[in-house]
Amino acid sequence: MENLLATSPETRSQPAAGLGATPVLRLTNIEKVYQTKTIETVALNQVNLTINRGEFVSVMGPSGCGKSTLLSLMGLLDEPTSGTIEVDGRAVQSYSDRELAGLRNLKIGFVFQSYHLINDLSVVDNVEVPLLYRKSMGGRECRQRALAALDKVGLSARTGHFPSQLSGGQRQRVAIARALAGGPEIILADEPTGNLDSVMGEEIMDLLLGLNRQDGVTIVMVTHDEQQALKTQRVVRFFDGSQVG
Amino acid sequence: MLLSYLKIAWKVLMRRKFFTFISLFGVSFTLMILLVVMAMFDHLVGPGTPAKRVDRMLFVNVIRHQMVGGHGWMNMPASIHFVDDYVRKLKTPEKVGITTTSSNATAFTKSKLLALDLTYTDGNFWQIMDFDFVSGRAFTGEEVKSAQRVCVLNETTARNYFGTPDVVGRTIEIDLKRYRVAGVVRNVSAAHVYAYADVWVPYTLSPQFYKDNRLSGEFLVVLLAPSAQAVPAVREEYRQMVKRVEIPNPKEVQAIFSYADPVLASFTRAILNHQDQTVDDDNIDTFYFMVGGLALLFMLLPALNLVNLNVTRILERSGEIGVRKAFGAAGPDLVGQFLVENLVLALVGGLLGLGLAAGALALVNEAHPVAYAHFALSWRVFGWGMVLTLVFGLMSGVYPAWKMSRLNPVAALRGSGEQK
Repeated sequence: MENLLATSPETRSQPAAGLGATPVLRLTNIEKVYQTKTIETVALNQVNLTINRGEFVSVMGPSGCGKSTLLSLMGLLDEPTSGTIEVDGRAVQSYSDRELAGLRNLKIGFVFQSYHLINDLSVVDNVEVPLLYRKSMGGRECRQRALAALDKVGLSARTGHFPSQLSGGQRQRVAIARALAGGPEIILADEPTGNLDSVMGEEIMDLLLGLNRQDGVTIVMVTHDEQQALKTQRVVRFFDGSQVG
Repeated sequence: MLLSYLKIAWKVLMRRKFFTFISLFGVSFTLMILLVVMAMFDHLVGPGTPAKRVDRMLFVNVIRHQMVGGHGWMNMPASIHFVDDYVRKLKTPEKVGITTTSSNATAFTKSKLLALDLTYTDGNFWQIMDFDFVSGRAFTGEEVKSAQRVCVLNETTARNYFGTPDVVGRTIEIDLKRYRVAGVVRNVSAAHVYAYADVWVPYTLSPQFYKDNRLSGEFLVVLLAPSAQAVPAVREEYRQMVKRVEIPNPKEVQAIFSYADPVLASFTRAILNHQDQTVDDDNIDTFYFMVGGLALLFMLLPALNLVNLNVTRILERSGEIGVRKAFGAAGPDLVGQFLVENLVLALVGGLLGLGLAAGALALVNEAHPVAYAHFALSWRVFGWGMVLTLVFGLMSGVYPAWKMSRLNPVAALRGSGEQK
């Protein structure tokens, strides 16, 4: 089952060793300004950041410093006010909504602090969501890949359950399986342990570390937890929208 | 993907039961009324016994006489002179038959008086209409020509008068005249104005029947085209023929106008009459425009209500929309998903509406508002019902779906429902 995820022809993850210097994401001179009628808020100011293949990067900083905005831009969910974003060496600013959606589907997986599972769908149906938008993938393959992803996070026995029947840690595992199912180049995790107690937080962190070390999945994680950040390969720090370390 | 959409559509319907009830009530009640109206309309103008070949039939209701000196108009049915010397000489119709509007007649049994609707027809009429004979046969052209006192009864009249429908060869006395029963047919709905009667007798027995050169008389003409495709040719030949008709009293009548119309057009021409009656328009387009507009307006109110409910519901589901967008759903994917959900709701409502319509028609039939009429949900009506349901689903789904697809993914994940 693990093979099914690792050998996706569209988005094969390479192991970290030997390819660490290949950029997957590059942000150049990124600025994000939120404009209302009366106030102009600079969320990100001249950010330059490169994420290499196989890296596990933590993004830290106080609340409101622009971490989540940065993650939204990296995930192509939002557009910068100025600057360029490159995914696999291709600048995406001229991409249409549909092209961006396609790129997100193939290259990026998301893990959110509050899981964002669809309560009306079973665990396996939730994990299948990214695969539904792969026009070339049949129903059987979708199901197999979703089951493989759930196997990877240790939830093979819960495929038919609904999110409301799971603990917080289990829900976050389902969310990680969903992020993994499409075989993305990079996983963007926004405070993935923020809603969990320390034991469950450790479990999730170990799972992410395992994915990075054993499967070479590139991960960018926003966190407030210094201990967890220190377990990652690189820590990027933000303050008032600027990169300070 | 469709399966996933259907699953979630079902879950969404089940999750908010009151909302679902309101939506379904709106859809099903609206469709019920439309379906009942359509069933009645279908009964009136659709194919059915005895006008099974109605798609090949053309009807002439009146000859319009434009009076000299602006003295207005006189609309009268055709005379036998007009029928025999003009209409029967047309080359394109396969058959030309005549009938009259029914007149009141009475018959007495030992214990009661029967009030009957009596119609005068010719032999061709029976060959154009496909009556369902319980026993016996129709009277022939020869019998009509020789003015034989024969008649055809409907089943109810036969039972009421004789106590049995098996009465071929027996004699019935109507308005003090005795007729030999040639056949008995199943009851014909009074909504079928060109075919309905309790008793049919040869037109040559009509007290008003006489042949002179007048154009106006008492006959409705039914023309049978050789095929549905040939109907326009018959119509045109009739139109050209009317231009050649010799007006017997030119000092009184300036011009005449008459049209052979399909059944619906024969009504619309009469009902939606132009101020200027010389206009050669059967008003069928106006009729469809009015009916379509009314149906659309009628569906618009519950559709708008549903749109409002759906847009409100979007905010509840903004997290899901954000997730789907984050994982690669483009705008059209979300529009598709929401339309599927709405169509599922509309289809469930449509099926309920069909059930309600069947119930309502059963009640209507029980009340017998029109003699011998039995309104039913035919497959044709069912098909139209499904089309209406689809229109309803699209009408109430497109705008909320479009609005949903425009949600900003970041805002949607925050649950704010902010638009792009």
